[in-house]
Amino acid sequence: MNIKEDFPLLNNRAISYLDSSATTQKPKQVIEAVQKFYEQSNANPHRGAYELSVEATEIYEETRKKVADFIHAKQAEEIIFTKNASESLNLVAYSYGLENLRQDDEIVISIMEHHSNLVPWQYVSKKTGSQLNYMYINEEFEISEKEWKEKITNKTKIVGITHSSNVLGTINPIKEIIQYAHEKGAIVVVDVSQSIPHMKIDVQDLDADFLVFSGHKMLAPLGIGVLYGKKELLEKMSPFLMGGEMIEYVYEQETTFAPLPQKFEAGTQNVGAVVGLGAAINYLQTVGYDTIQSIEQEVVSYANEQLSKLDYITLYETPNGEHHSSVISFNIQGVHPHDVASILDSEGVCIRSGNHCAQPLMRYLGIDSTCRASFYLYNTKEDVDRLVKALEKAYKMFEKYIKK
Amino acid sequence: MSELDDFYNELIMEHSMNSYHKKQLGSCDFCEKGHNPNCGDEIELQVKLNGNVIEDMAFTGHGCAISQSSTSIMIETLKGKTIQEAKEIIQTFIEMIKREIKDEEKLEKLEDAIAFKNIANMPARVKCALLAWHTMEDLIQQAEKKE
Repeated sequence: MNIKEDFPLLNNRAISYLDSSATTQKPKQVIEAVQKFYEQSNANPHRGAYELSVEATEIYEETRKKVADFIHAKQAEEIIFTKNASESLNLVAYSYGLENLRQDDEIVISIMEHHSNLVPWQYVSKKTGSQLNYMYINEEFEISEKEWKEKITNKTKIVGITHSSNVLGTINPIKEIIQYAHEKGAIVVVDVSQSIPHMKIDVQDLDADFLVFSGHKMLAPLGIGVLYGKKELLEKMSPFLMGGEMIEYVYEQETTFAPLPQKFEAGTQNVGAVVGLGAAINYLQTVGYDTIQSIEQEVVSYANEQLSKLDYITLYETPNGEHHSSVISFNIQGVHPHDVASILDSEGVCIRSGNHCAQPLMRYLGIDSTCRASFYLYNTKEDVDRLVKALEKAYKMFEKYIKK
Repeated sequence: MSELDDFYNELIMEHSMNSYHKKQLGSCDFCEKGHNPNCGDEIELQVKLNGNVIEDMAFTGHGCAISQSSTSIMIETLKGKTIQEAKEIIQTFIEMIKREIKDEEKLEKLEDAIAFKNIANMPARVKCALLAWHTMEDLIQQAEKKE
């Protein structure tokens, strides 16, 4: 099986694409599904009484069912389509957080959260007078059991936690954290944006209250996100965005709202991207998570091995391989990540440099930014070799100027 | 891509890694902070004026080779100039980066800062090169307000 052949961009450009944590490339199966929708089935779902619109509606709702099955949700109406994980998190923060938190309640999140699972909670905490507390990492870049048991208290009402860090690659023990948070009476919002491209997610097994992800990080088009919420929670919540399609009856001064899931889907949705998300799920299921994991395991462990040999590189990752995903953050000592990324770019190697939307984490680590190489199913050992060769070039260019 | 290799040359590297302008002035009349939150580049410019002449200038901060060397080279270029001359040089630098200058002779007043001409070919790094110059623009504005 040659996976790379399925990805037109990777065949059209001679690059080593190592930025899948930012967004993945798209297989032709996804691109073609989106094109087919626009060529054959495009209409505004839930609106028209004509056949084409009914067909668009069916495609849209079938994909909702597909997503529900994919993450093992009990019912399709527990799946809300949004534009990305950030919107999903804002929805939870506004419609659940603002309405349920009181003064002196506590929100607990981890220091490794993406800004999207951090800034909305700052807002909620300021608006409601609740306290925002952080679970910090230890010297192994992990949140210890002691730490989350200390931070999640009887006062905690919401826990926000990423399944897998977009900077460190640390995989958090979310099932255990959720269970503990529930014992303390808190609900848990899990961000699986970085994990669902790589591993099976089962919302019932995890017992997650809310769970969010973006389609574009798992082979789907840009502009489609998912919010899963337990039905009993979603039903009690007020709408987030108001407008068309999320209503039942509208009077001059009053409105009643549509039932789930429409209550949370105001305005015409990105149906083309929803179709693409469905095709991405098909693709992931056809390849299978087992295969994806064995490819990544081989490539990422090879990368770790090769990068460890470069004594001028600092790696920011846990030594416990089973707690680490396919993201590797690193720095060339004395060289700014932006310079490294530019030099790597000139060698056709695409990596991310910067703070990765995680400024509090950077500050906690005492650094401004890192270089980040993130791997996915289409990457190979050759990509790693190119990365290493380009890093050697970058180091050589700077070597004689670096202050020792 | 040899263009990039050309760019990270001796001049840029020396200014970014071992700049003699990177220090605190004993006393200064104006200082201004600039930052690119995206990359974490942060600089602080310090200026000592003698009348309307920039008598001394220094910077502190941290960031990538392009932001740091651009700051250092800007200081090298602006030191000893009048505020009015400095404004013209800054304007020319910004126009050069935006590729708005056709007349190459105009670029002569930039002295060593002409080294950043090809940064326009690296759009991802334009912000790094401009940081110090925009910060200096703000500083001059502040100085002029005070007059």
